[in-house]
Amino acid sequence: MGISVEQVTKSFGSFRAVDNVNLEVDSGSLVALLGPSGSGKSTLLRLIAGLEQPDEGRIYLTGKDATYQQVQDRNIGFVFQHYALFKHMTVRQNIAFGLEIRKTRPAVIKERVERLLDLVQLQGLGNRYPGQLSGGQRQRVALARALAVEPQVLLLDEPFGALDAKVRKELRAWLRRLHEEVHVTTVFVTHDQEEAMEVADHIVVMNQGKVEQVGTPAEVYDHPASPFVMSFVGPVNVLPAASTLFRDTAPQGVSAQTSVFLRPHDILVETEAGEALTPARIERLLHLGSDVQLDLLLEDGQALTVHLPRDKFSELTLDDQEIIYVKPKAARAFPGAPGSASQMNGRPHAVVF
Amino acid sequence: MASNGKPELGRPQSRPQISWGKWLLIGLALAYLGIVVYIPTVNVFVQAFSQGVGPFLGNFANHEFVHAIKMTVLIAALAVPMNTIFGLCAAWIVARHQFRGRALLLTILDLPFSISPVVAGLMIILLYGRQGWFGPLLQGADIQIVFAYPGMVLATAFVAMPFVAREVIPVLEELGTDQEQAAHTLGANAWQTFWRVTLPGIRWGLLYGVVLTNARSMGEFGAVSAVSGNVAGKTQTLTLFVEEAYKQYQTQASYGAAVILAGLALVSLALKALLESKTHVPRRVQF
Amino acid sequence: MGLTLTTRPAGLLRHFSWPWAVTLGYLGVMLLLPTLALIAKAGTETPADIWRIATDPVAVSAYQVTVGASLAAALVNTPFGVLVAWVLVRYPFPGRRVVDALVDLPFALPTSVAGLTLATIYSDTGWLGSLLAPLGIKVSFTVYGVFVALVFISLPFVIRTVQPVLQEMQSEPEIEEAARSLGANAPQTFWRVTLPPLMPAILTGFALGFSRAVGEFGSVVIIASGIPYKDLVAPVLVFQRLEQYDYSGATVIGVVLILISLVVLLGINLIQVWGKRYG
Repeated sequence: MGISVEQVTKSFGSFRAVDNVNLEVDSGSLVALLGPSGSGKSTLLRLIAGLEQPDEGRIYLTGKDATYQQVQDRNIGFVFQHYALFKHMTVRQNIAFGLEIRKTRPAVIKERVERLLDLVQLQGLGNRYPGQLSGGQRQRVALARALAVEPQVLLLDEPFGALDAKVRKELRAWLRRLHEEVHVTTVFVTHDQEEAMEVADHIVVMNQGKVEQVGTPAEVYDHPASPFVMSFVGPVNVLPAASTLFRDTAPQGVSAQTSVFLRPHDILVETEAGEALTPARIERLLHLGSDVQLDLLLEDGQALTVHLPRDKFSELTLDDQEIIYVKPKAARAFPGAPGSASQMNGRPHAVVF
Repeated sequence: MASNGKPELGRPQSRPQISWGKWLLIGLALAYLGIVVYIPTVNVFVQAFSQGVGPFLGNFANHEFVHAIKMTVLIAALAVPMNTIFGLCAAWIVARHQFRGRALLLTILDLPFSISPVVAGLMIILLYGRQGWFGPLLQGADIQIVFAYPGMVLATAFVAMPFVAREVIPVLEELGTDQEQAAHTLGANAWQTFWRVTLPGIRWGLLYGVVLTNARSMGEFGAVSAVSGNVAGKTQTLTLFVEEAYKQYQTQASYGAAVILAGLALVSLALKALLESKTHVPRRVQF
Repeated sequence: MGLTLTTRPAGLLRHFSWPWAVTLGYLGVMLLLPTLALIAKAGTETPADIWRIATDPVAVSAYQVTVGASLAAALVNTPFGVLVAWVLVRYPFPGRRVVDALVDLPFALPTSVAGLTLATIYSDTGWLGSLLAPLGIKVSFTVYGVFVALVFISLPFVIRTVQPVLQEMQSEPEIEEAARSLGANAPQTFWRVTLPPLMPAILTGFALGFSRAVGEFGSVVIIASGIPYKDLVAPVLVFQRLEQYDYSGATVIGVVLILISLVVLLGINLIQVWGKRYG
């Protein structure tokens, strides 16, 4: 087992940042902690690193109890959102820092620094200062620095959060490849569900200090364990079970007030009336790229968002204000979930992301 | 935490250690400040009031003492407004214009701080003294500058010159030109814009500079000492009175003047702290 | 062409507006003219005379005392200044704001008052002097008195230059956390990660403190006896020459003092450039 978190709680004043969390991370896996800001994901990462002390619970790193170990003794690699490079040191000196602290022989340091510069593709920039590098380059230096000490776990706190969209996209793919090469147990924090899905083997969805669900990207997306996960990992419509949309396809065993969740692409669109189809008017058409978004109004006044693939959209030749017919292909209700009813009360409209 | 009832297994000693080290460092810092600054300052008040308030008040019956207070106030009353107007103009030029020699002007503005006050006094004597450049001219017109009030004002204004500009420049830069441009678009002329938009925007920074200028003006010793001739009852300021009385073994009178100046220093520091919380301009080395 | 003709006067007018006139006029009369008078006065002497006055044994010993005591004071104030700045920025403790405000006391307290109270405290019967007297250390009216006065007046410089840099570092706790995560303990983190970026500020504070101490007059003239070869410093020597109406002597030594200041000023500028080398 790479990392094991047992019943860990951490409060800041009266705010419970991490609330009785249990988590197992397999050796060599690449795990994303996903959640909105304030969900406790960064605090959990800092607890694993030893940058925070838990109020309760235990933390094991590669099988050994590290709960009361100091940060500097844990042999971890930590990458910060804003890089945290030492500005007065060159790229080489930054990468060598952890090794020098460990009194590694200079020849070994030299060799390993060069190897890491290769790994992060910054061969020519070893003698530059961090101030002379771009954001993406700085973050790669930070990664090389963290990897130089051959950590038992690599922890990354919103590693791409400060970068612009294009660089972020490149670095995601690069991190994925890097992990395949080094295979160190890696945990990274993100609030971007797309990033989590693209990079991680497993996703840990967190909300209000608790773990909502742990699973592969497919599991989390296709079988969300709670309304929160359902809404957080992708766009979703929330409608009352009593809506006309569900006249003929009402989910089993739910009361009329229960909220039903359905993804915008899980809706069938036809131009002709037919069995189990509900009429709706197109209020707005948005071109999103590969998809087209239809903002619909149902007969009962409920709003509904639908995503159609481009080719399907062209085939149907839809227009603004046109009346179309829709049917849910898949929907999900969480009758047992305490949050679902209260959370959605008073806002019966579609929630769109 | 002990409250959760779990065994304190391997709990590191680091926390109490950090706090112990922290208090050690605080103690060391305060001890140093205590020896270097606090004890000497407290001593001024202790010495001045060691025999009660009576002897201190008795100083006010001394004509030279009262005259020294008057001179100190009169010098500041002229030197501070002069430096304030100059400082405002210089700050406006530096903060609102890009021109060749801007960096040079900034360096020149700070120059009086790197010149020893005695040398500043010497310069004024060389300029306006009997053998100075303007000496014959002034003598012909029967105007005395050196060893008189005008020279003391010039010397004081010299050493306190940079404060207002230094404090107002960053405030003006932070204020930006948006509001001034808005005022112009609304039909305000340069003068109206300055009075109604710029000045209210920089008032705390300006006041801060004025407080520092005043503190330095009233407290200046070296430059004034050089140009004053130090004639008791005529060209003697409070700071000069302190030295003179001390050299005459009138320690009580000396501390009587010193305690007024120390009180003034404390008031200046209090005002400074108050204004700092209002301006939010990053603090630099002052005085 | 018409365009340039109409904008030229406007541009000229802008550059010779009231603020420009006041600034340049004031600087000219108050700063430039006196400085020129000093240089011109020095220029009336022959180079040989200048050299003789500047290297007069009394003057040389005064430079030595001045520079030596100023260096010693700045050296003592540097580590303690860093300590005070560190404590003020890092550790919230009761009364911190008052302690912070009182750091500027040596700036605000007139130098003659500082000299007076230091002379009293360090006299043989004073609070601190009576503790040192049994050890055979006399402070008042000796070179130690000069040192004590210079420590007092140059105390705030290192504190006030280091404090804002430390304060700025507070917004980046990750830097030190990164060092810790890489295995550095607290002392290693301080020496290798926290201190190096502070060095330009520390050196600047040191230089400013030194420069201020070199020019100090008021406190020294009171606590020291002003006897050549013993505790006479250069600014006091300038004053003594003035009192003797020896304007040439005062001028030459004054110019030497200004040259020392300029060298230090240049040094500070070089430190600033060096401090920005990381880009």
